[in-house]
This record gives sequence, C-alpha cells and structure tokens, in this order.
Amino acid sequence: MASLEDLYREIILDHYRNPRNRGELEVPPAVQAVGFNPLCGDEIIIYVEVRDGVIAEVSTGGQGCSISQSSASMMSTAVKGRSVDEAQKLVRAFKNMMSIHGSGIGGSGDDLDDHEDESGGDSESNEPDGVKLGDLEALRGVVKFPVRIKCATLSWNTLVEALDQSFD
Amino acid sequence: MSGAAANQVAAANAVGAGRPIGRHVRTDFPILDRAARDKPIVYLDSAASSQKPRCVLEAMNNYYETINANVHRGAYELAAQATEAMETARAETARFVNAASPDEIVFTKNVTEAFNLVARSWGGASLGPGDAVVITEMEHHANIVPWQMLAAEKGFEIRWIPVTAEGHLELSGLDRLLDGAKLLGVTAMSNVLGTLNPIQRLAAAAHDAGALILVDAAQYVPHLPCDVQALGADFLGFTGHKMCGPTGVGVLYGRAELLEAMPPFMGGGEMILDVRKDGFTPNRIPHKFEAGTPPIAEIVGLGAAVRYLDGLGMDRVREHEVGLTAYALRTLQERYGEDLAVHGPSEPACRGGVLSMSFRDIHPHDLSQVLDDRGVCVRAGHHCAKPLMRHLGLAATTRASLYVYNDTSDVDALADAIGAAGDFFAL
Repeated sequence: MASLEDLYREIILDHYRNPRNRGELEVPPAVQAVGFNPLCGDEIIIYVEVRDGVIAEVSTGGQGCSISQSSASMMSTAVKGRSVDEAQKLVRAFKNMMSIHGSGIGGSGDDLDDHEDESGGDSESNEPDGVKLGDLEALRGVVKFPVRIKCATLSWNTLVEALDQSFD
Repeated sequence: MSGAAANQVAAANAVGAGRPIGRHVRTDFPILDRAARDKPIVYLDSAASSQKPRCVLEAMNNYYETINANVHRGAYELAAQATEAMETARAETARFVNAASPDEIVFTKNVTEAFNLVARSWGGASLGPGDAVVITEMEHHANIVPWQMLAAEKGFEIRWIPVTAEGHLELSGLDRLLDGAKLLGVTAMSNVLGTLNPIQRLAAAAHDAGALILVDAAQYVPHLPCDVQALGADFLGFTGHKMCGPTGVGVLYGRAELLEAMPPFMGGGEMILDVRKDGFTPNRIPHKFEAGTPPIAEIVGLGAAVRYLDGLGMDRVREHEVGLTAYALRTLQERYGEDLAVHGPSEPACRGGVLSMSFRDIHPHDLSQVLDDRGVCVRAGHHCAKPLMRHLGLAATTRASLYVYNDTSDVDALADAIGAAGDFFAL
C-alpha cells in the first residue's frame, strides 16, 4: 500500500521549500518555454541558456504543487552544466522511471528497488544510456500515485520544449 | 416500467421515505461501505459525481435482466416494455422539475451535450454578426466553450456578467449587458463557489430585453426543489450522475415551442419521421433531438434516482445541506481561522454545500493527497471554471462538497485531515 512517505520524500520537501535556480533569465540569449498541467492549472516556466552545446544557465518559474515544484528544482540542478546531449539522455531516463512500466510498479510488490520486469517483453533498465539519476531517484515513489505523474514530468517536458527552441 | 421494477423501486423508496437524511440514508449507498486507503470512506466529492443508492442500481440491473430491448422500434412485448420504462422515466423527470410536458425533456449524454445542443441548434439558427450572448464569469466551461466555438463561426459577441469579491454576480450593469442580447446563459449554482444565483430575477430581466435564458442546473437540481416554470427558464440542463443517478444520461429541458422551432442537432435514427433520397422529415419533440439508440438503462436509472430523491423530499434535502454547510463553515472557521479560506458567500442560505478552500500556502494537490491518505475524497483543481479562477486569482482550490449521505462526522473527518496536512507540510 502506497504511503504518503513514498511520495513526499524528505529531499522532495527540501527542494519544495528551498527551490534551486528559481527566477528568470534574459531572453535572448536564453530561451523560454511554458508548460501547463490542464488538470490542475499548474504552470511551469523554464529558461535555458545554451552556450557551445552546454546548458550554461537554467532557471525555473511558475507555480504548482510540491511535486511539480520540487521536480523542476531537482531537474534544474541535474542539467545545469551538462551538454544538451547528456541532458536529453537524462530526460529519457527520468521519463522512463516515471512510466508505470519503467518503474517496475504495477507488479506484485511494493519494493521500489525491485526492477524485475514481469511483462517479460521489455528489458530496458531504468537508467538507459548508462545515465545515473542520483537524487532524482527520490521521485520514483510518485509512480505509485498515477495522477501525480504529470506533476513530476511537467518541468521535464517543458525543458525539452525549451531545448528544441534553442536549436531553432 | 414493468410492474416488477416499479414494485421494487416503490419498496425501496418506502424504506427511504420519512427518515432523517444524512447518516440514516447512508446505508442506501452500497459503495459507502467500502474502505478508502484502508479507512472508512469519507466521500465529499458529490459536486463532481454523487454516489448511487441501491434502488438505482437495482432498477438498471432489473432493466437488463427482464426487459432489455431497443426502444421505439419492435412490436414485441419486450420492446414495448423497454419503451414504456424509458418514457415513464421521462415523465417522472418532467414532473421532478415541473416541466409542462414530458415532451420538454430531451435526454442527452450530460449537461455539456445539452448546452452544445442549444448552441448548435438554437444558436446556429438564431445568432449572427451584431448579436450577443451574455454569460457569467462563474460559468462552468460547458456553458462557455460551446458559445466561443459558435461565436468563432457566426461572429456574434460574448458578454460577461462579472463576479463580486463575495462571489455573487455583479448585476448593476445587467440591463446594459442584456441590451440587444439574444440569450443569457447562467448557472443556478456555482460549482466552485456554491453561490445560488437569482434565476427568477435574471429570467425576468432577460425576457424584458427580448432574450432567452439558459440555466445550468447541474449543481441545482440534485440539491434544491426545482420548478422550471417558476424559475422562468427557457432552457435548463442537468445530469443524472450528480443526482444519485448513473453516468451517461443528462437532461435538456426546453420550452416546447422553442424545441419545436429548432432544427435537429445530430442526425440519424430515431430523430426522423421519414427519410427519402432527397431529404428527411424530422421527428416530433423530444425525439427530434435524440438521434440513435439512447442510453436506455441509464434513463431508467435516472427515473429511479428521481423517485429516490422525491422519497427523501427535496425540501428536506435542501434543509439538510443548509444545516451541514453551516456546521462545516463554523467548524473550519473555529479550527483554522484566517489560515483557511472558504471561497464564495459566507451565508449558508445563499449557497449550496460546495466548499472551495485555500489552506495556508499548501497547494490543493498536496492538501488533497493528505486528505486521500485519510480516506477523505475531495476534488483539487480549477473545477472547469478557469475564467472564474483567474478572476479570483487562484490556480486551483480544494473542493469538498456535501450531499444527502454526509453528516457532521464527515465534516469532522475533513477538518481533522486538514489539520494533518498542516502538520505534514509545516515548514
């Protein structure tokens, strides 16, 4: 049975209370993308400045629940200083973790570390491309609360939109 | 309705009649026996969808087990009984809202379809450049977007009645807004604020200005006695699943002369008298607006829901909810004071049992998550009323809503769970 503590891990609450990289960047040189969660009205603004293929600056704005806000904060610290290519791999790994299939949830147990794929068809690991999720693993418990998955992925989808713009 | 089904429902209602509402009718609703998150369920989301009493479930089951057949087609006994069951439900629904005739009751999928029907059929034939439709800032999207879609095609103007800080309609500019308008669309009770709007006064003003009035009664018909003629409504929509009935069936009430003059909405079977290669002749009302096989079992279920509510007595339902709303407002105020805002009118007699709350700076998703952990079911979000939410400066609220099966223990559980959320998210 999923408990509140599965969802609200201490590191998540910490990022919620003390969001990192909060604010605005000048556009241009930065690009800006806005993401909406039409279910709850949450709004996330992501600013990204790419220099020489590297995410030199990233900043987040908007408002939302603890999950969407902490996910945005953790995302910003995880991608800042990384190459765009690395960041995109991280996005894939994170979104894979956030899929019910990818997280190994929906099977028998409550053990979050049990990655056994009971469907047998897809052997993809939770960390494709050898990407280490690190602190982001704390968000894995969100998958047990399917209506909240969109809260966790909102900033990541918005980041992808911003990165796409930076190549236009 | 078959004799057996009618007897079953009559028996169920005889049990319900005359009892106090609240805890005493709770046993009529089988789902309220189940647990939520391993705790006794505290269901406070009836504004989104109500639970269903056993008599409704039995009526639908009985329909499928004993009389299922398509309606208005076969000459055999089953088909005749199915048709009779559906038309009995139509007559009971008409009586429930005091329509002048069952012909004025059109079955739709939900209120949204009812309003799209009015927009496409009446609006499509009646509105053009230079015309205006007046709606309010507190409308549900179902009474906004159909008009916006049609306005984009037809080029008429949409005017908005503003909402005051207390959550009432600001009616000082009403005559000016209605000047030259062809329709006023207004909710009888806000699904966010619980505000009860003065429909009789608005209907009179609309009619004086030469406009029709369309009433969104989705939150009104389930909770208050409704008399469409006394209200002065030209069109009025409500839905089964918010009034103890099943999902999949809604109702458009329309005055007969208006429905008769309107072109059909969707085309297909049932809605025609004749089809030739060079055209078709539409059926009489209400069938003209009921293309295709209707949700027969759901309509039968709605009939049972209407009988159930009649058995409780809508005056008593309203009385129960005013008392419980007053208790909830008082309890939340006493326990949380300034930390908790309940949006909308503060006087229980001016509102329904819809409590849209903001609690400290805890996001409604987070608040409702902690409530869920304690078995308390509420809605978090913008409640399909984004223009109103923007006006209030809110992205989302946590909404608890009351119905016949709730009592003070549900309100106490809500208040306790809010306290737990405060502790959990305390900085």
